[in-house]
Amino acid sequence: MNLLSLILLPLLTAVTVLLCRGGQVKWVAFAGAVLQLALAVALMVAYSHQRAAGNIAQMLFQQQYLLFRGVNIGLHVGVDGISVAMVLLTSLVSLAGVLVSWKIEKMTKEFYFLLTLLALGAYGFFISLNLFVLFFFLEISVIPKYLLIGIWGTGRKEYSANKLALMLMGGSALILVGMLGLYFTAGHSFDILSIANMPIPANTQHLIFPFLFVGFGVFTAMFPLHTWVPDGHSSAPTAGSMFLAGISMKLGGYGCLRVAVYLLPEGAKQYANIIIVLSAIAILYGAFATMMQKDLKYMNAYSSVSHVGFSLLGIGMLTQTAVTGALLQMVSHGLMTALFFAVIGMLYDRTHTRMVGEMGGLLKVLPFISTVLFIVGFCSLGLPGLSGFVAEMTVFVGAWQTDDIFHRAATIAAAASIVVTAVYILRAVAQTTMGPVKNEQFLHLKDAAWYERLAAMLLVAAIVGIGMAPGWLADLLRPAAEIITNRIAGK
Amino acid sequence: MPNVTIIALIVLLPLAAFLLLGLFGKSLFNKGGGIVATMMMLVSAVLALYTAYQYFFVYGSTGGVYHQCIPWQITWLQFYNGLSINIGFLVDPISVIMLVVVTFISLMVHIYSLGYMKGEGRLPVYFAFLGLFTFSMLGLVLASNIFQTYIFWELVGVSSFLLIGFYYNRPSAVAACKKAFIVTRFADLGFLIGILIFSFCANTLDFSTLIQRLTATGSNEVKTAATYSFMGISALSWGAVLVFIGGAGKSAMFPLHIWLPDAMEGPTPVSALIHAATMVVAGVYLVARLFPVFAIATPGVLQIVGWVGAVSAIIAAVIACTQTDIKRVLAYSTMSQIGFMMFALGVSNYGGEQGLGYTAAMFHLFTHAMFKALLFLGAGSVIHYVHNNDMAAMGGLRKQLPITHITFLIACLAIAGIPPFAGFFSKEEILLAAYQHNTAIYYIALVTSGLTAFYMFRLYFSIFWGKPYENHSAHRHGEGGFVMVLPLVLLAVGAAAAGFIPFGHFVTSDGSRLESSVHVQFSLLPVGLALAGIFIATWMYKTDSDRPARVAASIGGLYKAAYHKFYIDEVYVFITKKILFNGIGKLAAWFDRSIVDGLVNLTGTCTVAISRGIKKMQSGKVQGYALYFLAGVIVLATLFIYVWK
Repeated sequence: MNLLSLILLPLLTAVTVLLCRGGQVKWVAFAGAVLQLALAVALMVAYSHQRAAGNIAQMLFQQQYLLFRGVNIGLHVGVDGISVAMVLLTSLVSLAGVLVSWKIEKMTKEFYFLLTLLALGAYGFFISLNLFVLFFFLEISVIPKYLLIGIWGTGRKEYSANKLALMLMGGSALILVGMLGLYFTAGHSFDILSIANMPIPANTQHLIFPFLFVGFGVFTAMFPLHTWVPDGHSSAPTAGSMFLAGISMKLGGYGCLRVAVYLLPEGAKQYANIIIVLSAIAILYGAFATMMQKDLKYMNAYSSVSHVGFSLLGIGMLTQTAVTGALLQMVSHGLMTALFFAVIGMLYDRTHTRMVGEMGGLLKVLPFISTVLFIVGFCSLGLPGLSGFVAEMTVFVGAWQTDDIFHRAATIAAAASIVVTAVYILRAVAQTTMGPVKNEQFLHLKDAAWYERLAAMLLVAAIVGIGMAPGWLADLLRPAAEIITNRIAGK
Repeated sequence: MPNVTIIALIVLLPLAAFLLLGLFGKSLFNKGGGIVATMMMLVSAVLALYTAYQYFFVYGSTGGVYHQCIPWQITWLQFYNGLSINIGFLVDPISVIMLVVVTFISLMVHIYSLGYMKGEGRLPVYFAFLGLFTFSMLGLVLASNIFQTYIFWELVGVSSFLLIGFYYNRPSAVAACKKAFIVTRFADLGFLIGILIFSFCANTLDFSTLIQRLTATGSNEVKTAATYSFMGISALSWGAVLVFIGGAGKSAMFPLHIWLPDAMEGPTPVSALIHAATMVVAGVYLVARLFPVFAIATPGVLQIVGWVGAVSAIIAAVIACTQTDIKRVLAYSTMSQIGFMMFALGVSNYGGEQGLGYTAAMFHLFTHAMFKALLFLGAGSVIHYVHNNDMAAMGGLRKQLPITHITFLIACLAIAGIPPFAGFFSKEEILLAAYQHNTAIYYIALVTSGLTAFYMFRLYFSIFWGKPYENHSAHRHGEGGFVMVLPLVLLAVGAAAAGFIPFGHFVTSDGSRLESSVHVQFSLLPVGLALAGIFIATWMYKTDSDRPARVAASIGGLYKAAYHKFYIDEVYVFITKKILFNGIGKLAAWFDRSIVDGLVNLTGTCTVAISRGIKKMQSGKVQGYALYFLAGVIVLATLFIYVWK
């Protein structure tokens, strides 16, 4: 398995998209996305095969090319279970994103080019083992977001695009500082695996850790640096929101774990309690704030803040089970929230509103879309059989292993959110889909078209697949999580 | 050993019906969907009966003691070495009894629905949801792992949500389904934390290992668990209380009962299945499943279980006496009867004669399923005929609905505890257990028995006697044909005869045989009270008179309070609307937009302001630069001369 194909394929797609014209563009983007999904699945199969064959190397399929000898910058790629899962997530979300954008009229070519570029950045980020290149790919994924919102957005799009780009750039600046700190304390290397082998003094770790964790934390909407999320999502086009919540926020979570926690275990221990407090606040506070939202996109944006809190809580708990739960939550939330935004987009295209109060009785006129809304809502509130449940329960069980009042209280606070989540999800879902049909004009609406159905069914299948048989994904993630937590435990 | 394939079929057939009708219902079986689902349910029920026969009479017992066996189990999700969610089948007396109850009542409801729901637009969806519910409930009763219970616990919750909200264009149904889900979700939070505590203490989630580890005196787990406590209460007790809160929510125990009466917005057959016979007893089943832990490790919590049951029983009975919607009367009656089961468990001990309450609770669960499902289906026939839920709109229906009348009467006699109907035997055992262990609860139960007889016959006379109801609608459809009558008759047979099953031979707290007999002297008082209740109801409601109004007026305040359900709903509305929504929710949303985001924007504004300020320095005017240069030279010169020397 050549990992570079994961970068080359989207690159090729992006270039072809630019060369095509008119109606071909979306088909090229679609074909590219399908191939990416196939590649991601192939990667997972090859990876599992290697593991089953007894390959216990930490990173598989590694390749290394030195680019700048002087400063040790090189293209170093390799994957563990976490990367494989994230690559799969990226490919699923980007295929669905391409599909729901089928009817984009304005500057189609540029739109698909930017979407593909975003996916490219994400793939590169998830397989990079060199901090510099990793950072490079992270930045690649920021600029398209700015343009996607600024050009194809709705509402206060310039404000939202600026806010998002500036806040993420701020996060990037922190990451850069942290990265340079690592570079100079760990033998002038950007290579993750070799930094991991360097003894970094504890007090240096305490110094660098906040830069990296907070920097990546901005990307993953860590409280209180989450405010780009509601505005960004509410202005972004449907596929933009899907990518933003489904993929970009995961870049942050992955970075927190792979770079900050993995490379600086002492730092992680030092700040774990702060992370736990912030994420417990985010979970509950985000849920309560969601309850008051009237716009579906704002609602899902705030609920993302709450759900992402579970990831950070799991990371902060520093146990193998909790970190596995955090990773499961990243995958689950990525799929779920992408689907949620897709459905919101479908509803908006038809009803021309995102206000919960202005919809009603849509189950009667849009049975397919409404059913998907129900499924994704149930996933969000953690119904067993869907992916959210698996992730949340793993986080809870993992969090419960640390037996002091502080950890227990944080876990109970986080668990309490399952009630608040049920309240806001049921309010939103019931108000939009149930009850009498609110508007005469809704009676003429057409249910989902084939591309929308395909996108929805793809993500539903993934959510149900993980929810029904979570074993394979958990088994994929657990060994990689264990390597990270073992470092923290000093093993 | 039990046959895995057969048990798997019992569980999976309803799931298959759900998938079949849910995915292809519209295109393939718009008309015949109900029949397909009913057929699958029939097979499932027959297999369940077969399994029960095999278990109780062929392989289940050795030396007169029934054993637990787990014919199939897989690891579903591994948390860490030693702790995992396992999905499997746990076969023991109570799960086998529940298999029979669930599949039988579900079959009856399927058949009945063929007639009752005829002409409904979304028939395949309805039967699909029934299938989903039945599957989830079966998964719950067969659970071999406490997390498996939780999984299916949530799934029955969501099926209940979907079915209550089946008439989704009625705002009251939408409100009711949300309420049911959210109230039980709140209770489930307790259950979840309870599971976490248990899993931490016992380091396993499997029921059998968990019970074994937590009840063996001196085991490592018990010793470790004893070192943890919070607010002076041991960790195990916290776990048991929290798990019980989950059970209390599902079983509509006071004060988490508020969702049950509203849940009557669902189609009546659904009420019979979910909100009378099966799902609402899940809490009782859960306590029974963990009974050794409650009885041996945390006897204090078992006391709480008993008192919550007793209080729920009497409060619900009092409220039931004042309600006029016939389904709501039945809903409160269900809550009251579940209260009986709950306090029967609460007054029981583990093992031998002392475990009478346990047997009685499961016995009552069994008989109650028969007569309460019958009552609901009977009420369904009445509503089908009258097109109204209010007992004021009914009267004299015994002529128009003769079979419904007779079967309803049998069910009323059964629930009132009149011999030889089923309810008499099970209630007798409960009262005996209470009498032996907790006199206060015994007296509460006695009063409740009298009230039960009164409100049931109030219902009976209001529907079938008094001023005849006049049917103005053009078409008279009578009792809805064979499919609606058959379940009534079959259930009536159950309600009349189920009491003669020697339940103590099959289901006991420790699996060994328990002989129970009817004590005539002991029975005199409760039966007398029940007869008195019936007599008063006859006096007040058999013929139309102003007696009910006069009686209501004479107890004024109490009547009013009971009529308004003791204002418990209002308290909840206050807490949710005023405190959670307008208090915390609005505050959080405001705080986020104004303070947190305000700070972010402030950073932006400050940056812009600073750059505005300093951009004037880059004015492009040479004089200005010369001035800065001069100022710089002076400052540096001063520094060199005076500071740095």
